[in-house]
Amino acid sequence: MTVSRTRRPAPVPTGAGRRAGRRTRGRRRSRVAYLYILPAFAVFAVFLGYPFLQTIQYSFYDWDGLSAATWAGVANYAAVVTDPTLRAAFGHALVLMVFYAALPIAIALLLTTLISRAHRLRAMSVYRTVLFVPQVIASVVVATIWVSIYSPDGLLNEGLRLIGLGSLARVWLADYSLALVAVGFVGTWLNVGLCLVLFLSGVGNIPPVLYEAARIDGAGPVREFFAITLPSLRGQVAVALTLTVTSALKTFDLVYVTTSGGPGNSTTVPGFEAYHRAFGTGQVGSAAAVAIALTVVIMIVTALIHRLNPKEVG
Amino acid sequence: MTRPQRTRIRTIPLLVGVAVLAAVAACAPGPAPRASNTASLGPVSRNVGSGKITLTVWDQNTDKGIDEAQQQLNAAFHRKHPNVTIKRVSRSFTDLKTTLKLALSGDNPPDVVQANQGYPDMGAFVKAGLLRPMNDYADLYGWRDYYPSSLLKLNSFSRDGKTWQGGDLYGVSQTGELVGLYYNKSVLAEAGIRTPPKTVAELTADLKKVKATGKVPLGYGDVDKYPGIHLYGFVLSALAGRAKVNDLVKSSSGAWTDASEVDAAKTIQRWQRAGYLTPGANGISIDDAVASFGQGKSGFLVTGTWYEATLHDKNVGFTALTPPGAANQVTMGGEGLSWSITSKTRHANAAAAYIDFIAGRSSTATLIKNGNLPVVVPDSDTPPAGVAADITREYRTISRANGITPYLDYTTPTFYDTLTAAAQDLVAGRLTPAAFCQKLQADYAAFGTSNR
Repeated sequence: MTVSRTRRPAPVPTGAGRRAGRRTRGRRRSRVAYLYILPAFAVFAVFLGYPFLQTIQYSFYDWDGLSAATWAGVANYAAVVTDPTLRAAFGHALVLMVFYAALPIAIALLLTTLISRAHRLRAMSVYRTVLFVPQVIASVVVATIWVSIYSPDGLLNEGLRLIGLGSLARVWLADYSLALVAVGFVGTWLNVGLCLVLFLSGVGNIPPVLYEAARIDGAGPVREFFAITLPSLRGQVAVALTLTVTSALKTFDLVYVTTSGGPGNSTTVPGFEAYHRAFGTGQVGSAAAVAIALTVVIMIVTALIHRLNPKEVG
Repeated sequence: MTRPQRTRIRTIPLLVGVAVLAAVAACAPGPAPRASNTASLGPVSRNVGSGKITLTVWDQNTDKGIDEAQQQLNAAFHRKHPNVTIKRVSRSFTDLKTTLKLALSGDNPPDVVQANQGYPDMGAFVKAGLLRPMNDYADLYGWRDYYPSSLLKLNSFSRDGKTWQGGDLYGVSQTGELVGLYYNKSVLAEAGIRTPPKTVAELTADLKKVKATGKVPLGYGDVDKYPGIHLYGFVLSALAGRAKVNDLVKSSSGAWTDASEVDAAKTIQRWQRAGYLTPGANGISIDDAVASFGQGKSGFLVTGTWYEATLHDKNVGFTALTPPGAANQVTMGGEGLSWSITSKTRHANAAAAYIDFIAGRSSTATLIKNGNLPVVVPDSDTPPAGVAADITREYRTISRANGITPYLDYTTPTFYDTLTAAAQDLVAGRLTPAAFCQKLQADYAAFGTSNR
């Protein structure tokens, strides 16, 4: 849409001599700079760049991973759009974004305002650690814990029965309409801690003067939140969004352990499909196409979120 | 509004570069050239020589009984051939399934591997020329006299990997297995059932009687997805008979939308509707279903003989059903994974001697002693009355009468996925029996087109 604008030359100082001198110096400096990034680039190229290109190559072939591959053109990519299972997988990833990103950020913002009002809370670091614990536990362990919570006689159903809501009890991971929500909620539980730790550190950097001024002007807690806390946390929200949205899109472990994509195909996600097609059913080309499509989606979404980041202003 | 510019200036050349490189990479030839399938094999011998040999062996014998038997067999083989050292790599079935492909396609694959039968695994390996045909060793070691021909067929393929049960033998199996009907004698007595059912119709009637007692008639848990294959395969085998199912799975005739296939799906959905299956089965693990059957909470259970050790209880019996009009019982099962030799091994003679030792006649005593069902049960093996005796008797009768149907997931490379997902949908009532069968048929037809 605004690509033409990017081609607009940057404003340069007038005077040909000055300009030329500046340019050579700049070029020499940038060559040295390339040397500095060389080690990092080499690591990237070997462990990420080359496999990435190889994956792109695979995605244009029909290959079982063992015998000779046959050229498939864009058929694998077409299948990402036309195959109902794959389309559903990407749809599920979008639903998971609500649970992995939107909900945790909303909850964490609410908790942040509450906690930050408790000035100089004793043992703050202890609470912070406790809230961060889900992020530290191995995801397979988290998933196994939640499988037992959701099981027919698990914590959730027993809890519902205890408060007289036994009629709501069900086998959560077997329910076609609720299994995805159940998996998503695990993501919420995981990500709240991460967001909260980010936001609390951000709140610590807001000058208290701003709050004092707001209170003198007669602002209530709600007004304070929207006028001061939220705008000041824009950077942290952008970081949290990037991390959580990416985790939603590339989620694999939770689904793999809790439901294997079931019941039916109601909780498959792109990451699971890519793994399963590559290693389970011998459809390496299709798996590669899913992986590339997922990468592109993640890049686009991250670029969109990047626009929120205040550091880019100016 | 100048904000986005910087990111765009950086990303555009990057994307262009990636696209160019991708175009270059895509010009490259196919990732793996077809290995030669017709290379002549050298002369074979029972003699493993006297030079030091290390055989790398990948097996999936991780469960307690079979793991102990395997350790003892490996040690005994090393005593017999002290120059051969066995380097054992043992992985669970699922781990083996996902890593074996990578290991086999490398430059230095294991010498002996356990490969799963059917098109998804063994077929793909044979097609890529990764396994060594073993007809010559079968003659050398007399395997064709020892193993029933129907079981050797399961481990055979055409040399191009396109026809299962074809002319070339690619391995032999160590253990036998059946998917059958476990029943709890005291629950059945409580429901007034004197003899275990012999047909699907009798089973349906018995399920109704158990339902009346308030117990779960048929224990079922399918969160792991594969038990769906066992339940449908068990009912289908008992309705359609062996020939029909075998022809269907090996792609020689029939369709998944035929009358008996739809009938089997209807039967399962009818059981579900009548409340005969464990409620919420799609969210319950098979281990939980087995445990709750073991505690006497359900009357029947459809699963494999590999749960024999878990269900070792004098109250538990095991049987299989007879299709209408058939003389013998028919059920799904067969044999454990095939022990195969890789084509890149430099010690084929030692590998074959090892396979004959751990899967052939000499292995049965060790297998039985550790609570396993050898692929060929010797007449001398008569366990004391109980579930082990039932299983040994049923397996012996059914394998001799050629009443074993192959696992349905052998059908196509993607059939495991298609069938397991559809089976969950069927039990949840989200697919009608006809639609369920159409899903299977669509997968089957697509494979028929691509494989021919």
